[in-house]
Amino acid sequence: MTQSQTPAGFTPGTRPGEVPLLEVKDLQVEFRTKAGVAKAINGLNFSLHAGETLAILGESGSGKSVTAQTIMGILDMPPGKIAGGEIRYRGEDLLSMDEESRRKLRGVKIAMIFQDALSSLNPVLPVGWQIAEMFRVHRGLKRKEAKVKAVEMMQRVGIPGAEERAGDFPHQFSGGMRQRIMIAMAIALDPDVLIADEPTTALDVTVQAQVMRLLKDLQTEFNMGLILITHDLGVVADVADKIAVMYSGRVMEAADVYEIYGRPGHPYTQGLLNSIPRIDDEGGRLRAISGLPPSLTDMPPGCPFNPRCEFATDRCRTERPELRPVAEGHLSACHYAEDVYAGTATRTRRPSPTGAGMIDVSEEAPQ
Amino acid sequence: MTRYIIRRLLQFIPVILISTLIVYALVFAIPGDPIRALAGDRPMSDAVRETLREQYNLDDPFLIQYFKYIWGIVTALDFGSTFNGRPVTDIIQQRLPVTATLALVTLVIQTLMGIIAGILAALYRDRFFDRFVQVSTVAMVALPTLVIGFLLQLIFGLNLGWFPIAGVNNGVSSYILPALTMAAVSTGILARLVRSELLDSLKSDYVRTATAKGMKRSRVITRHGLRNSLIPAVTFIGADLASMLGGSIIVETIFNLPGLGQQVFASIQGQEGTVVVGIVTLFVLFFVVINLIVDLLYGLLDPRIRYE
Repeated sequence: MTQSQTPAGFTPGTRPGEVPLLEVKDLQVEFRTKAGVAKAINGLNFSLHAGETLAILGESGSGKSVTAQTIMGILDMPPGKIAGGEIRYRGEDLLSMDEESRRKLRGVKIAMIFQDALSSLNPVLPVGWQIAEMFRVHRGLKRKEAKVKAVEMMQRVGIPGAEERAGDFPHQFSGGMRQRIMIAMAIALDPDVLIADEPTTALDVTVQAQVMRLLKDLQTEFNMGLILITHDLGVVADVADKIAVMYSGRVMEAADVYEIYGRPGHPYTQGLLNSIPRIDDEGGRLRAISGLPPSLTDMPPGCPFNPRCEFATDRCRTERPELRPVAEGHLSACHYAEDVYAGTATRTRRPSPTGAGMIDVSEEAPQ
Repeated sequence: MTRYIIRRLLQFIPVILISTLIVYALVFAIPGDPIRALAGDRPMSDAVRETLREQYNLDDPFLIQYFKYIWGIVTALDFGSTFNGRPVTDIIQQRLPVTATLALVTLVIQTLMGIIAGILAALYRDRFFDRFVQVSTVAMVALPTLVIGFLLQLIFGLNLGWFPIAGVNNGVSSYILPALTMAAVSTGILARLVRSELLDSLKSDYVRTATAKGMKRSRVITRHGLRNSLIPAVTFIGADLASMLGGSIIVETIFNLPGLGQQVFASIQGQEGTVVVGIVTLFVLFFVVINLIVDLLYGLLDPRIRYE
């Protein structure tokens, strides 16, 4: 098996001399499917400290959500299988822990918010009850005490008339309010790590900003480590401290938010940033990255991004690049990271007229 | 809520009127003379025949007969009587307890067995017990009631001697074999229904949330998974109870239970329209009332349903 172990000290986000809150080392997750073994995560490394926000950025199928579910221990197994690696919470490996000890951390020390609050809340139980359940089960509070706590949490996340609304059911709330209830439930027991899987994707744009602000405020207040899983570059720019860009179950690039946006060191990140539509663009087409992510059951040799990369060489097609530093605190898994970082990489594919590789709708349209 | 119930109760009136009219028309359409059938081979004088025809309004046109029948019910709660002069209400009072007991014992058996088997099959999906439930439920649904009834009589009645084979003289134990026979189909359907609903529910996002909240597996299943998956089962059980209260001709005949099913069958043969219509009206009434109860229960189980 090829290891993508990074040298000690270079795991994205490591602070010297401090045990991270959460540390993922060389994590590998597979899915047994009829089409073969799909390698959803191939040697993932990152770490998270208290008060930090790590954004995991990637398109659909890049392994973001699988990462979140694996950390939470709620991955469906089978078909999922953890093929290797470690997930350390305060230095203790979660993967070698027995289920009962792990359950006691789940929701208590490591909590999660899901994308679709309507389907993620139980439709037949009052929201207050669902929040109170955390206090009753994990803290052993009586029904009444737990209810009081639940109302407090609802007030904390900004639900108007919390006292009266605690008896209402999820379908009686608006999308933004439902996501606030999810958040209240997740932070109820003051967790160390909060994983938010696309927390604002299902919401209106105006509500998105409010919910992100709330998350950010709560993070500061409780000094939580926040893992924000998203494909939305706009959301990330506002709240993240560090970004890990995932592709085909690997981290392609990791650095702090200014570095990533200012000087991306990986062609994939460049492509993502270029694909953001700009208001000052004079017409033209959207600059999407051409092609599709590779099938997880049939990975190309070498760099997983090579079939779509405009800088790809023969080396990229045979040898897989390891995650390595290109600058202080900036890691990239590209053979030509330095050149990409400096903006001096040589294109090996003819760039399309409007910029980077793109989908040209007019050419694909039938005559 | 109250307005909803009142509206539903008012809807009962046309439903009952139309259903009784249909049944009345069907009985009316049976060929042959009921009085002659009553007399059988014995000679009957014209005078007696005329009196009887008069007494039972048999010479009136169909709609007039029907109207007189309904008028009797509304004004004097008179459901009519048999040709022997026995009131229909009397017959129902005598027969209903047998059918009702059978229905309730059946209900308990099929609800317990169906739901428990369904839950276990879902929890041990693709394992031995699940396969066993899948195969045995197909057999239960597919085998004719007749065959199941005779098999149970043979095995548990004759060979093992655990339960009486026929009649109602041994208290509840008289009802065990007929109830098992009657429960077979519904138990099979219920087990499959609960299994698939629970599997769906266990795959749902809110069950994943409950797991992510650090709840024990048992709590996740009982508090979060099961409740949602039992809603369709309640509807099914309600509809089934309603149909069982109408009596089962086959089961009551196999086990010789003097219930409503046997009575309806005998009355149809004897062309005793009033008895048939009386029992069927009762059956329709059970059906609409139980349906209303199920609908109200549905609202209790699923808060997303509101009554307007």
